Amino acid sequence: MTRSYDAIIIGGGHNGLVTAAYLARSGRRVLVLERRHILGGAAVTEEIFPGFKFSVFSYVVSLLRPEIIRELDLASHGLQILPLESTLTPLPNGDHFMAWGDHDRARQELMRHSLRDAEAYEEFGREMHHMAMAVRPILEMVPPDPTSLSPSDLGAMLRLGKHMHDLGSERFHMLYRLMTMSSADFLSEWFECEPLKATKSASGIIGTFLGPRSPGTAYVLLHHYMGDIDGAFRAWGFARGGTGAISEAIASAARAAGAEIRTEAGVERVLLERGRAAGVVLEGGEEIRSRVVVSALDPRRTFLQMLEPESLPGDLVDSLRRYRFRGSSGKVNLALDRLPDFTCMPGPGPHLGGAVSISPSIEYLERAHDDAKYGEFSRRPYMDVILPSMIDPGMAPPGKHVMSIFVQYAPYHLNGGWTDQRREAFGDTVIDTLSEYAPNLKSAILHRQVVTPKDIETVAGLSEGNIFHGELALNQLFFLRPAAQWAKYRTPVRHYYQCGSGTHPGGGIMGASGRLAAREILTDWGQRP
Amino acid sequence: MSLQLLRTPFHDRTAGLAQGAAWRRWAGHAVLGSYELHHDREYAAIRNGVGLLDVSPLYKYLIHGSDAARLLDRVLPRHVAASRVGQVLYMPWCDGHGKVIDDGTCTRLAENRFRLTSADPSIRWLQRNAVGMDVVVEDVSRSLAALALQGPRSRELLMRLADADVEGLRYFRAVEGSLRGVPVWISRTGYTGDLGYEVWLASADALTVWDALIEEGAGYGLLPAGILALDVARIEAGLIMIDVDYVSAHRAVVPSQLSTPYELGLGWAVKLDKGPFNGREALAAEKARGPAWQLVGIEVDWDALVALFGQAGLPPQLPSVAWRTSIPVFVGGSQVGYATSGCWSPILKKSVALAHLPARYAAPGTGVELEVTVEHFRRRAAATVVPTPFFDPERKKAVPS
Repeated sequence: MTRSYDAIIIGGGHNGLVTAAYLARSGRRVLVLERRHILGGAAVTEEIFPGFKFSVFSYVVSLLRPEIIRELDLASHGLQILPLESTLTPLPNGDHFMAWGDHDRARQELMRHSLRDAEAYEEFGREMHHMAMAVRPILEMVPPDPTSLSPSDLGAMLRLGKHMHDLGSERFHMLYRLMTMSSADFLSEWFECEPLKATKSASGIIGTFLGPRSPGTAYVLLHHYMGDIDGAFRAWGFARGGTGAISEAIASAARAAGAEIRTEAGVERVLLERGRAAGVVLEGGEEIRSRVVVSALDPRRTFLQMLEPESLPGDLVDSLRRYRFRGSSGKVNLALDRLPDFTCMPGPGPHLGGAVSISPSIEYLERAHDDAKYGEFSRRPYMDVILPSMIDPGMAPPGKHVMSIFVQYAPYHLNGGWTDQRREAFGDTVIDTLSEYAPNLKSAILHRQVVTPKDIETVAGLSEGNIFHGELALNQLFFLRPAAQWAKYRTPVRHYYQCGSGTHPGGGIMGASGRLAAREILTDWGQRP
Repeated sequence: MSLQLLRTPFHDRTAGLAQGAAWRRWAGHAVLGSYELHHDREYAAIRNGVGLLDVSPLYKYLIHGSDAARLLDRVLPRHVAASRVGQVLYMPWCDGHGKVIDDGTCTRLAENRFRLTSADPSIRWLQRNAVGMDVVVEDVSRSLAALALQGPRSRELLMRLADADVEGLRYFRAVEGSLRGVPVWISRTGYTGDLGYEVWLASADALTVWDALIEEGAGYGLLPAGILALDVARIEAGLIMIDVDYVSAHRAVVPSQLSTPYELGLGWAVKLDKGPFNGREALAAEKARGPAWQLVGIEVDWDALVALFGQAGLPPQLPSVAWRTSIPVFVGGSQVGYATSGCWSPILKKSVALAHLPARYAAPGTGVELEVTVEHFRRRAAATVVPTPFFDPERKKAVPS
């Protein structure tokens, strides 16, 4: 007879750990089960090559909710966010566009490219601040069901309506446009400088199978604007020790609150009794019982793998089959013998402590998308590059470096499928493209790790390698995430809950899904969260 | 790491005089807080001899074409078309809701040619307002250098050096001429409330003019002055500063940060009857209603300072630099407003501040209290609302007869 728990969390990614920490803090007996040998899911740091630490998948942070940092006291559990202050966009003609963290320097650089854009930038920043403020309460709310007449849903819809009304007509219309436009069109209303538009619009395509000219991408742009570190919107940072350190800090908070965490404990399925969740069955057959089971996995795995489809309503199964994953991004992680030398800004310098974005123009990004539309990886991909060792020297041996290259597009559904050869061909394309801007790169490589969407699926367990547990498209958000009627972290199976990024608000190392799920579970237990 | 801010056209000279490397930022440029280790001699030069100030970081626009006056009359609340060639107008300007975006001067250089100065970049705003007009807006911020010569001896110095009618130049007028062979515009304007001039010249000629002024200025008590000295002088003159005394409507994120010209004490610069311009309807309504807030001068009671510091066993501790933080203003024990900048005025021997107060407390003579920190503890000192400018010498506007 094994111990029995109040809650079992399937999956030790950051959302699962957040849910576990909140439930444990309220005095519940909690067990987290992680299939891999390390915690974090897609937020892991691994020493892939001796002495070199890679944030293998997710690599920067800004969306992590400040209330989670505060309530779980993550700072005392080791979370330290280091600044990532600039973004360099090298241009094919040898020039560059640099987004500096410092306001004066940023304006100076903008003026070099366009006097008008330098001025527009201020107003744009203010409007995006308002948009982020407009959306923020939504991030913190359990999505109401707009078709329901229950008092709580009606109350929430009323609060939402009042909130929208309070925005005023100008801001409401702006929000509506953001929700419906493409990031290219939206940005073109403000700016004329191509690399500025392209680099900004790149935020609108990350993790989607859309191009910058596809409607709906402007919202994803806003999603990336909502991050705040120490109260400053749109500040991205790098976790000391890599993104795995974020997972470790949350796990430490959960353990301190009494949660148990087991690794190398893959769950095969949810144990049902009389149609209710009663525990889990591990790979290998071990059964562990609990009052509730919470899945931090993506919606496909949560519903279609952990349960038998017969236990679910047919329309939900249909809806989940339609839910779009179609992963579009990959990673290339490099161990480097020396720093890359960018032709547009030679030598070492503070620019290497920021991001480097390969996004010279909207057309470049759209063409990268074109390849993916027809089942190929981009011949000239969009890349977001950082050198973690320039920000945290602990990531590589002294004088050596690690480079993290986020790449889009690499379609999960590649023509002919992903093979070892195609993976290496993809890696070669990435390195070749980046070498056009930093010619010494190839000779500096000590080790290379290429991560395809297929690898993201196999290793991190994200269906079709979608980094957000499903696209951040308007038809998959809020009360439709992951499916109509089931956006409140509950499922048709009693005592079975969901807390992953496939629930509202989802996406990025945010933790909001995990926190809101814990609150709902506690509410069901009659406990004030 | 080398200086990463913009350099003014005078940088090669100013940098050589920086005793404490006291660089500060102004519109993305490196400018000196003070040249000497302390700014008191530089302030004294402004009020006694000549202060030489590098004001090149101002944004400057050349506006020309047959619709130049039309554009400016749409953007600015003063009557630009009615101004004369050689006239300079100072004013704030507003968005469509009558909220202040920026403030600066507009000089009519010729019938269809104007120069506008602003604190923030304004080319997009001007171009957006120029749709359908025959007008060109050129950003000359970097190609045009500017020096301010401020102080009682500035006229004599310029009369000696410049080939232009400086002697007959009236307050807020400008004249074209040359200085040591360099073509210049000289305007009788400034940010100190004293007799003073601003000299506008091509950046390429900057060092020639600087050197001439330094060389000849020695006999007139000229000293290069930094922005710490300027800050004291502008507060004494009751002149406001963007980002300190008000927030631009283009940057305000909550409504309480917005200001109207009437609230800033600049209602005199709004000509409601001149024809349509940005914000006119809202401003007309505000004028009829009366502004809810007012920017006023307040003067702290000396005896109150003596008493408060006396309780701590000290004589009044007077700040040598102007302050730019928000300080609460009280009436009857409750905070009713806030002061946004203030200083000890060496020439008036008074502690003065610019404060935002609800209109009912804004009448001169109204008694208020200003928070004062006495040996780490917050106290309240009696103060009185007074008219601005605090310092307003006759020489500022006088023309020799």
